[in-house]
Amino acid sequence: MAMHSRQPIESGCPDGFQYMHPTMVKNYGQWKYHEHPQPGVLKHVAYSGEEIWTVRAGTQRILDVFTLRKLCDIGDKFADGYVHFTIRSNIEYMVADGSKVAPLIKELTDNGFIVGGTKNSVAMISHTQGWLHCDIPGTDASGVVKSMMDELIDEFRTNTMPNRVHITTSCCQINCGGQGDIAINVQHTKPPKINHDLVANVCERPSVVARCPVAAIRPAMVNGKPSLEVDEKKCICCGACFPPCPPMQINDAENSKLAIWVGGNHSNARSKPTFQRLVASGVPNNPPRWPEATAIVKKILKVYKEDAKDWERINDWIERIGWPRFFELTNLPFTKFHIDNWRGARRSLNSSTHIRF
Amino acid sequence: MNKHETPMLDQLESGEWPSFISGFKRLRDEHPEKRINEVANSLLGQLEHSYETRKGYWKGGTVSVFGYGGGIIPRFSEVGHAFPESKEFHTLRVQPPAGNFYTTSMLRQLADSWEKYGSGLQTFHGQTGNIMFIGTTTENTQHFFDEINEYGWDLGGAGPCVRTAMSCIGAARCEMSCAHEHKIHRLLVNNFTDDVHRPALPYKFKFKVSGCPNDCQNAIERADMAVIGTWRDDIQIDEAEVAAFIAKKGRQYVIDNVITRCPTSCMTLSDDDKLSVDNRNCVRCMHCLNVMPKALHPGKDHGVTILIGGKRTLKIGDLMGTVVVPFKKLETDEDYESLVELAEETIDFFAENALEHERTGEMIERIGLVNFLEGIGIDVDPNMVAEPRQCSYVRMDTWDEEAAKWFERKAEAG
Repeated sequence: MAMHSRQPIESGCPDGFQYMHPTMVKNYGQWKYHEHPQPGVLKHVAYSGEEIWTVRAGTQRILDVFTLRKLCDIGDKFADGYVHFTIRSNIEYMVADGSKVAPLIKELTDNGFIVGGTKNSVAMISHTQGWLHCDIPGTDASGVVKSMMDELIDEFRTNTMPNRVHITTSCCQINCGGQGDIAINVQHTKPPKINHDLVANVCERPSVVARCPVAAIRPAMVNGKPSLEVDEKKCICCGACFPPCPPMQINDAENSKLAIWVGGNHSNARSKPTFQRLVASGVPNNPPRWPEATAIVKKILKVYKEDAKDWERINDWIERIGWPRFFELTNLPFTKFHIDNWRGARRSLNSSTHIRF
Repeated sequence: MNKHETPMLDQLESGEWPSFISGFKRLRDEHPEKRINEVANSLLGQLEHSYETRKGYWKGGTVSVFGYGGGIIPRFSEVGHAFPESKEFHTLRVQPPAGNFYTTSMLRQLADSWEKYGSGLQTFHGQTGNIMFIGTTTENTQHFFDEINEYGWDLGGAGPCVRTAMSCIGAARCEMSCAHEHKIHRLLVNNFTDDVHRPALPYKFKFKVSGCPNDCQNAIERADMAVIGTWRDDIQIDEAEVAAFIAKKGRQYVIDNVITRCPTSCMTLSDDDKLSVDNRNCVRCMHCLNVMPKALHPGKDHGVTILIGGKRTLKIGDLMGTVVVPFKKLETDEDYESLVELAEETIDFFAENALEHERTGEMIERIGLVNFLEGIGIDVDPNMVAEPRQCSYVRMDTWDEEAAKWFERKAEAG
């Protein structure tokens, strides 16, 4: 190959104003209020009196060029040619004229896109790459999300939840999917299986030792070769050693399970931000449709919908009713694994007589 | 072309939610270019194999573009002999515009370029916030980058470096916005382009900007440096709209959903339906504004709160950011410059003091917040803690000096 000598232009993050709807540029920082005329539609009104209408639609997130061009065609023909993507990979079309909203929704719906995801809906599940592209995945991401959104689609296109529900998935315990009202994450249950023939050539052993959160890994000579060994009694099966040392195989077709966590909330609204807490584990990693995980999510959503008050996020709701009632209402087992023993765990214990009967 | 059988993936084509598998099959069956048909077929084959065996088959490697060290997620197939057309399947991480805005014509231009060199698959956006162009060879990685770099697009971060930043839609559309999110976003991340493109930090460093405490960008929980818009004067109350809201929803609704839900009990609804706020005790939680967006608005004296140290699980567990700047005005050029200086101080300190593969939050956990604050030259403030120290086992023989500093600072602040 010829020597490549083009120097990159280090332009960094582009200016968004060049791609912004002119009504939004004009009224930048001058928005007065918004209304929510129907699921999937937001109407923002500026102090100038001008309006911008937003129509939000869910997609498959991994877009092929045909789908991307179809979304562009819809934007050209039925909207003003400007789009925005939300943090949960929904596409949003903005139009200045409210009369464009109904035909836009019809066109999106006719083409199989799902209008919704606003306010107190179950929002699009935020997810990771999984088997499609990650080097350390315990499961797929897009397939789990497709399966789950098929089941939750009516909650996406209506607004019948007490407050918004953000669901996330992660394909390993690093949790790239982030915090969610409900999170479905891979949970390994067995220590890594080590291919001792490869460790010396593939892994920088001190880095692997340093990566272990519980100091369970130490250098060792195995069969006359420098390798690593794991104290399996200490090992928490987190998989942190696998990315820097792939011969420490953590993914296991049978023993890598899914766990479900609830009550993560990134907003400061009402209560301070919270991290998600474990509620269920041992859920089979069962492609192509992962029905067991979806069933638990649906059960939690059903109880939340029936029992929470307006505006309560899942963490607010559980704080009001208490964890014992959560386990009672959802009929999920409470086990010794729910009692935290990680650093700082004492803060999570009940040191009072505050008990609901 | 021998099409791989995909009985498991085929089951992901039923149901109403748009199917990514149907998209892959369109690329395999309908795209005019044979290369793309074959790549899609091969990818479907490998993915089906993963579904059948419940394992991933990608390994990393070292791929970058000329002049950079990062920005590409290299993927080489471990089962490339069976699925050769997608055996090199790298992702380019490309920085989106601040706020994630696009025109359809720009999206088409990007699609045209990607079709020339890549698989025809892309995502807006990945969890860090990049546009992800998924699937190309080592050679075409360079060609695609060269082409889009000419019309304004640059790579994001991958590896131990400053990562692509994120900001909410903010002042462009949202009445809650208390900051120029996109300006902050670009000033910060574009000050560190060298650190984005050439990974040389202990580990990743992320900026995220949210325009108000609703924190739609998850900044506190995910960013090493979270910049969040807020205000310090009074909530603006539109009395006519309050009356209209009560008329529509009822008095009880306002009491149950606004007044009694205020976390610091600072709201009152009087007998004549006048709403008032004890603004000194308002913690800017946003709840009442979220419920009554027409009647209540953030105050006008805008600024930002800055938190440092949020991160995901690896290695010591999830951490939230900690307040290091309770309130900072961002009006003048000097204000913005000092924000960038704070980021520089923080990243310099991180680069010098963090252990390999340690995030800022973990570094602060290890060395203590005070050592970090002294390192970046920021004075302590009671807004940085949820509560003061509980344990008496601490050496405090410079108490008088520290107390004097507090009174000096108070006197200076007037």
